[in-house]
Amino acid sequence: MSTPENKTNGTPRIGVYVCHCGINIAAKVNVAECVEFARSLPYVTVAREYKFICSDPGQELIQQDIRDGKIDRVVVASCSPLMHEATFRKATLAGGQNPFFFQMANIREHVSWVTFDKEMATLKAKALIAGAVMRVARHKPLEKTRVPVNPDVLIVGGGIAGIHAALTIADSGKKVYLVEKEPTIGGHMAKFDKTFPTLDCAACILTPKMSAVRSHPNIILWSYSEVSQVDGYVGNFKVKVRRKPRYVDEELCVGCYECIEKCIFKKAKFEDEFNIGLSQRKPIYIPFPQATPLVALIDPETCTEFRTGKCKKTCVDACERKAIDFQQKEEIKEIDVGAIILATGFKIFDATRIPRYGYGKYPNVFTSLEIERLVNASGPTGGEVRLKDGGKPNSVGIIHCVGSRDINTNRYCSRLCCMASLKLAHLIKERTGAEVYNFYIDIRAAGKGYEEFYDKLLKEGVHFIRGRVAEVSDWTMTADEEGKLVIRAEDTLIGVVRRIPVDMVVLAVGLEPSADADNIRRMFNISCSYEGWFLERHPKLAPVSTFTDGISLAGACQGPKDIPDSVAQAGAAAAEALALIDKGFVELEPNTAFVQDEFCSGCCTCVALCPYSAISFSADNNRASVNGALCKGCGTCVAACPSGALQQNLFTDEQIFEEIRGVMNYV
Amino acid sequence: MSDINKSDNGNFEPRIVAFFCNWCTYTAADLAGTARMTYAPNARVVRVMCSGRLDPQFILMALREGADGVLIGGCHPGDCHYQEGNYKTLRRFTLLKRLLLDMGIEDKRVRMEWIAASEGDRVQRVMNEMTEQLKKLGPLHLEPVSIDTIHKKVEESVAQAEGVKI
Amino acid sequence: MNYLYFPGCSLKGTGRAYEDSILSVFKGLQLPLEELDDWNCCGATSYMAISEMKAFALSARNLALAEKQAHSRENFGLVTPCAACYLVLVKTQKYLQEFPDIGDKIKTALKSANLEYGGKVRVRHPLDVLANDFGTEKLASFVKKPLKGLKVACYYGCQIVRPYAEFDDQHNPTTMNRIMHALGARTIDWALKTRCCGGSLTGTIQEVGMRLSYILLREASRLGADVVATACPLCQFNLECYQKQMSREFEDAISIPVVYFSQLVGFAMGLPAKELGMQRLFVPFKFNPAAESVKGGIHVHS
Repeated sequence: MSTPENKTNGTPRIGVYVCHCGINIAAKVNVAECVEFARSLPYVTVAREYKFICSDPGQELIQQDIRDGKIDRVVVASCSPLMHEATFRKATLAGGQNPFFFQMANIREHVSWVTFDKEMATLKAKALIAGAVMRVARHKPLEKTRVPVNPDVLIVGGGIAGIHAALTIADSGKKVYLVEKEPTIGGHMAKFDKTFPTLDCAACILTPKMSAVRSHPNIILWSYSEVSQVDGYVGNFKVKVRRKPRYVDEELCVGCYECIEKCIFKKAKFEDEFNIGLSQRKPIYIPFPQATPLVALIDPETCTEFRTGKCKKTCVDACERKAIDFQQKEEIKEIDVGAIILATGFKIFDATRIPRYGYGKYPNVFTSLEIERLVNASGPTGGEVRLKDGGKPNSVGIIHCVGSRDINTNRYCSRLCCMASLKLAHLIKERTGAEVYNFYIDIRAAGKGYEEFYDKLLKEGVHFIRGRVAEVSDWTMTADEEGKLVIRAEDTLIGVVRRIPVDMVVLAVGLEPSADADNIRRMFNISCSYEGWFLERHPKLAPVSTFTDGISLAGACQGPKDIPDSVAQAGAAAAEALALIDKGFVELEPNTAFVQDEFCSGCCTCVALCPYSAISFSADNNRASVNGALCKGCGTCVAACPSGALQQNLFTDEQIFEEIRGVMNYV
Repeated sequence: MSDINKSDNGNFEPRIVAFFCNWCTYTAADLAGTARMTYAPNARVVRVMCSGRLDPQFILMALREGADGVLIGGCHPGDCHYQEGNYKTLRRFTLLKRLLLDMGIEDKRVRMEWIAASEGDRVQRVMNEMTEQLKKLGPLHLEPVSIDTIHKKVEESVAQAEGVKI
Repeated sequence: MNYLYFPGCSLKGTGRAYEDSILSVFKGLQLPLEELDDWNCCGATSYMAISEMKAFALSARNLALAEKQAHSRENFGLVTPCAACYLVLVKTQKYLQEFPDIGDKIKTALKSANLEYGGKVRVRHPLDVLANDFGTEKLASFVKKPLKGLKVACYYGCQIVRPYAEFDDQHNPTTMNRIMHALGARTIDWALKTRCCGGSLTGTIQEVGMRLSYILLREASRLGADVVATACPLCQFNLECYQKQMSREFEDAISIPVVYFSQLVGFAMGLPAKELGMQRLFVPFKFNPAAESVKGGIHVHS
């Protein structure tokens, strides 16, 4: 074992602080023994234990020891550095030392919480402490660089979460780019008729916000557009947005519907995406009357001009403002923003994945989203709940938890389907007078006013059968089942299997991450949970941030959420973005790579390896050099440098070697 | 370092050095902790920002300093926080394995795993599996080799190779 | 493709008609079928419920024998018409691969009988072989007496597609329907094609088992099926033999022929009724194309 010798600051004097974390650490790790052990390590001049080192008095211990000149480097053995590294760096700084003379040993997440045997836990904690001590002895003082923050914000997704975040930020005077992939903003909420539990009309509360977005001087709304590339870092993102051609000039179109009326297709015959195929549209269309922006678009897949080039183009003649442009091309917009909010929403569970519920097989099996359109006054039936043959249902079964709480599909609870089902039960009963049966596992009505709404439905005479449905089928046992859909389920409250014949079945489908969630997360460099929801930085204390600084989450892209929760989170995400912008600068972690000129042989191995083109080669002096502003600190080039000329701040070869020696050599 | 841990009796507890990338695997290990997933205590984690930082020397150094195995944890292909650092690691790792075999070190002692930030259970499984595997392999004995021994081995090889047509 | 043939106990007993028709049809289609020498119980029946390991051992012996008999033939299948045998053999195959501890024990058991198994056997159901190896179009070319106008209720039962969906969808299998269409028949679209027939409950708790069979037959009749086609000796037995009793019990006149799908294939190929075991049916199957008027359209392979 060679004795390392500090080159920058005399012989290091290291303080080791072992945290009990209440009993979180102390219950498994013998803290006193660790402190004793720390005292035996090289350079350690102070070793202490404390209940909660992250508390003010705990931090004060460290600061006082520095001020007293007892130590000049700090090791805290407590939780994960992802949790409290910043806290203790600040404490080190407050004590008067460079904050990078600090190293953490993670003896909670990596030791006490995951180890069964106390002796082994203590042993492992000691090894990690020794690693940290040996490493910090080689630390060097570093400075964080400050970079100004671009004050503009990008919001991806124009559902209720994205809309709310955009308005909040724009109202504070900041510029917002709102990018929505569909031709209109509004998201899923625009499809609903009423919202639970107050039964206020979704359009009445959403459409004013949608038009506020459209008219807001600080919001640039790009609908029918998708983010195609993201570069840069917190405060300074460079984003490319692909604007898909609508073939209708957004500036000229006033949404008068003339072109649609005059389209050579006299009857609408193509599946209407907004109504989930329950009605038809023409090749030129406006998704729905309150669409924002209220601008027509042409679907080239179905438009005769695009398919054959031989259309009379009656739409062009119909448009007085000459807004139709068959030559329109895709456009790439490049923008610089300081903060990004992802509000990309969810998709509904594909009910055909559970064939025993008959979706796609029996015409009168609907998803809850389809029923939302049917009960909607501006929907395909003008708000009438109709069977596929146009008849009125006398009995309706609503099946809860379709695709949720099921090991065969998704294990999680989709949170909002109980309440949405109750709302639909109420609306269906109100509109049709039908008998409505809810088949549920548990009714989860935990929000404000939710339980009361459930209570109200019980009194309205909606039936509740507690049991997971086995199947929906058309096979009959008795004459009154003839021509009906039969729901078979165990009624667990009376302990029998029941067969309930109904005219209409509604599947309360769960929520899933949107189809492009995986692409989005890769593009924005964030993580996903196991199920594919965007991963928050901390499930409790940072539920809106991500692991990538400057990118926050809003709405159901992070997990199933109803409208109030989405709006609340959108507000929080907006506050995060505003806090960042108002601060005006970000401090970058100084873990960049640098070249030691005297060792560089000019081989250029590193130049091609850098994904950020941060390394350049100068033929003049035959040396490579790293641009610190571009380097993100991965260290790939450092590992590849054959002459060891490249090093990474905070992760030099020497520091890592010492840490390896440390964890191996003292226990 | 004492050789008590290295005795070949049944109580052999292998020592593993685990290099985890900050964004995926280290976070996953934190998650395993938050979820209280108990696993074998044999690995000591060294955090790097990206698995791409791993110089093969680090692995060799860990083995020389007494580790019986080395675990490398990075983001899944395509998920690297730094775009492609993990691919670089994979290439180096493949070469390193060959080198280890040439040095007479079982290549199973060095393992590379893609573990995403959400896969705490995978950290648990890999730690347990690797510890079990190293228990079966036994301690790593690196004998110091004198230059004479090397000369002798070369001569032996030359003698064996005589008469072999290439 | 080379085929070995594992009959199992049923096909030598109550399911003789199944064996007769399978052998005749394969012969008629010039598909050589070679019976496995010295085969034993497949391991289904009560073994699987009481001692899984014994069931696997029995089953693995058959697989090992098949591998041995196949010699060096690379591409061969073990054709297993009985649904229960089929499931146990497939299950054993999977468990030997997936669970090394079971694999090790079975290896030891086989060794004591001087056998070993390398995992090369592909267990095949004749539905799979006819529809996918032989092909429905080729099968259609062998049809001499098209079943035009015949409405068949294709009944798959539970074991062929669950839990292992080796060759068809778990909830909505269509292989037998495709074969029937190739014969010129129509098939009913019903929700019960994989629902339980009652299984061995018909022999133990009859009021439960028989009711399940009755539900199937009632629904097939209601939808206008002329015949129920099965692929399992137990299903065929349950559905066919208790019809009189059902009629009394449920006060509902049930009378519908229940045949093996292979009998219908042979019938359409014009093979003699006796070679297909038609005389063994309790509810006789009669079909006279001349007397039938073809109603409605359904696609028929020609």
